[in-house]
Amino acid sequence: MAELVLDSVSQSYGNRQIIADLSFTLPEGAIGCLLGPSGCGKTTALRCISGFEPIQHGEIRIDGETVSRSSWMLPAEKRRVGMVFQDYALFPHLTVAGNVGFGLRGKSIAEKQARIDELLKLVGLSAHAGQYPHQLSGGQQQRVALARALAPRPSLILMDEPFSNLDVELRERLSIEVRDILKREATTALIVTHDQHEAFSLADWVGVMHQGRIQQWDTPYNLYHEPANRFVADFVGQGALVTGEVINDHQVEIELGVLSGHIPVECDASGCDECVRSCHVDVLLRPDDIVHDDDSLLLAEVENKAFRGAEFLYTLKLPSGQRALSLVPSHHNHAIGERIGIKLAVDHVVAFRRE
Amino acid sequence: MLLALAIAALVLVPVVVTFSSFARVEGDILAHLIEFALPELVGNTLWLILGVGLGVSVLGVSLAWLTAMCEFPGRRLFDWALLLPLALPAYVTAFVAIGLLDFTGPLQTWLREGWGITGLPEIRSRGGVILVMSLALYPYVYLIAKNAFATQGAIALEAAQSLGLSRTQGFFRVALPMARPWIAAGLMLALMETLADFGTMAIFNYDTFTTAIYKAWYSLFSLAAAAQLASILILFVLVAVVFEQRSRAQMRYSAVGRSAAQRRIRLSPTLAALAFLYAGVVLAIAFLIPLTQLALWTREVIADDLDTRYWAFAWHSVLLAGIGALMVVTVALLLAYAGRKRPGPAMMWTQRLATLGYAFPGAVLAVGLFIPVAALDNWLIDTGRAWFGFDGTEILKGTLAVMLLAYLVRFLAVGFGPIDSGLHRITRNVDEAARNLGTGAAGLLTRIHLPMLRASLLTAATFAFVDIMKEMPITLMTRPFGWDTLAVRVFEMTSEGEWERAALPSLAIVIAGIIPIILLTWHGTRSHN
Repeated sequence: MAELVLDSVSQSYGNRQIIADLSFTLPEGAIGCLLGPSGCGKTTALRCISGFEPIQHGEIRIDGETVSRSSWMLPAEKRRVGMVFQDYALFPHLTVAGNVGFGLRGKSIAEKQARIDELLKLVGLSAHAGQYPHQLSGGQQQRVALARALAPRPSLILMDEPFSNLDVELRERLSIEVRDILKREATTALIVTHDQHEAFSLADWVGVMHQGRIQQWDTPYNLYHEPANRFVADFVGQGALVTGEVINDHQVEIELGVLSGHIPVECDASGCDECVRSCHVDVLLRPDDIVHDDDSLLLAEVENKAFRGAEFLYTLKLPSGQRALSLVPSHHNHAIGERIGIKLAVDHVVAFRRE
Repeated sequence: MLLALAIAALVLVPVVVTFSSFARVEGDILAHLIEFALPELVGNTLWLILGVGLGVSVLGVSLAWLTAMCEFPGRRLFDWALLLPLALPAYVTAFVAIGLLDFTGPLQTWLREGWGITGLPEIRSRGGVILVMSLALYPYVYLIAKNAFATQGAIALEAAQSLGLSRTQGFFRVALPMARPWIAAGLMLALMETLADFGTMAIFNYDTFTTAIYKAWYSLFSLAAAAQLASILILFVLVAVVFEQRSRAQMRYSAVGRSAAQRRIRLSPTLAALAFLYAGVVLAIAFLIPLTQLALWTREVIADDLDTRYWAFAWHSVLLAGIGALMVVTVALLLAYAGRKRPGPAMMWTQRLATLGYAFPGAVLAVGLFIPVAALDNWLIDTGRAWFGFDGTEILKGTLAVMLLAYLVRFLAVGFGPIDSGLHRITRNVDEAARNLGTGAAGLLTRIHLPMLRASLLTAATFAFVDIMKEMPITLMTRPFGWDTLAVRVFEMTSEGEWERAALPSLAIVIAGIIPIILLTWHGTRSHN
């Protein structure tokens, strides 16, 4: 239960910069998430926070206390940081109760037992206290690992790809469960994952990482609707970029019509520094920004379609030849090559300078 | 790292010492060696390698194929029972074979008197040695080839059959070549044991390097000659080591996953009967008959021989094996830990070097370690005399030091294997999880590592214990006065041709030797499930 602050943290192996100038603040009791493709440095960031990797520059503070700075680190066992590992790393020679109670020290046996019981109840495994890890299913092992990490009431919980060893359906259910458990224990938690659905369903704050840097530290909603740059726009959610022409600093015209938004349009560097009329930009269109409407006069050709159950994801070829995506309820089953009516339903204009 | 290097250096000592013996040549002895002994020794050794190599390959591979890939009555039993000959040291099989098959033995007597049949081939011959060694050592090839066939045999056969080959063609053209690295590794282990063997050669009076080293040591009292012979033997061994390591590297590259649904080949009734007969005969002559004969002989002599002297032999065996096993486990644990602390190619090579001692024949180690310890002893005595007026003739020489050191070098690999793989199973995340929960280095060892390693440590200790109990040449050559063991007793009785009286100590060794085989098969079936 403490605030976590990373203040321009850098770490490198030899010449290779793993994380660069990493800064974010995770408020007390909040659940944060580092999201990024493999090799983006998110796991290293986690290991720096847990105290297994030194940092070269910057500072890491937990609850206002500096735990890492360049050439100094508080040993992992003194940090009161709990960690849930990707492979759970349960102790195979101890029972479930033994695992959960492992980190409880300096307490009476009764106190220990009470805390173990409390946590097993919290994660719904009271009936399994006497079993050994190998007798449990993957999801149950995961919850034992979480209970073990929570038991000593750490100031911070870290989770490394917590659901990657589970099958897809279980992941979704467990991520909601885990969020619930963390919130009930009122623990500050930081989770690392490459799966945006996991990040969105778990976290209050998400940092998208790429090449060792945080691209954007924001709420899931803002990441999707107001991505700060092309990488975030591409990595989070689906979408397509179409050419637009700037009308003024909050309006852009694309071939389907004029879009208005509240964030400033990011303009072309060549020739127009300020966003004035006729600058060219790339406008992000999410699949939910284009709505199918049989009455619309705007027509687009169905180039490809993917059945998603409740809806189709159509890849559309616009009159100019540019491509866009559209999410359409699945009773609108159109054939490939058919021309269908569409209209714009854009809340947030996201435009990037052209490269 | 420094520690690991020190352990590795210990292995190099005997090599350096034996080779440096050529620096000080005792002319007439060397000339005698070269003129009379060497040609015969080299010839005998080459014949042995050829014969035993062929014998263990044929027995090991064929039995492995039958139990791993085919279905016939008794297969489940044979699957593990065919490992049992490992419990019989070759020297025990050897003296039982001679006792049974010699001119005065029961078989020949019965044939001669009952049927008038004479002229059976002499057992005390090159063929006899090869036969006995093959029967004693085929399990090395059998065990490792069986694993290879079990993991890749079915896939190989199915792939071959889908390409239009018959089963027989599939075996020779696909399954057998695929298993070649495994078979070669097992074969090299068997050949190392052959080169290292002393007891069998002594019983058969078949002169090889190990027996020659022993004779140079005891009859000629020439350390230099013993060391020179040892260095030549090392050359043979090193060839085997190189082949073995290469096969192991190939095993790593060609390892494939376990074949999913293992469908065994159903043999026709005739073939099944033949398979049963074949496996049964091998098991009978390699294990059941020798064991029965041991038991019968033991019954004859037990009343006279089971006295306080016998208990003293047994006690010495257990004590030495116990101390040795403890040393092996401790050093193996340190070596494995060093690897965990500082992994990398340098450490890997150091570990490999440090565990190379299993390849060195005991006779070589005895010579190679006695010489430097004796030198150290002389230096200590001289120093002691000069400084403290010490007047003794030996400090370390009369102790167990050389013997235990030699055990350690020879059997370190036996202990290192299970401990290292056990330690590898404890992932780095487990360590970090414990540290996150507030555990320091000491707590990590006592609360996590030792409990998790308990089974591996026990396995390592058992294997080392039994191997030391069976060990003959090191014990024979370096034991201090009054430290006779069961194995030494077997040697003394067999060298006087008193087979019956060698049976009692042998039986104790065999019974101890069955324990690791049970562990091995238990572990095997457990990892299958």
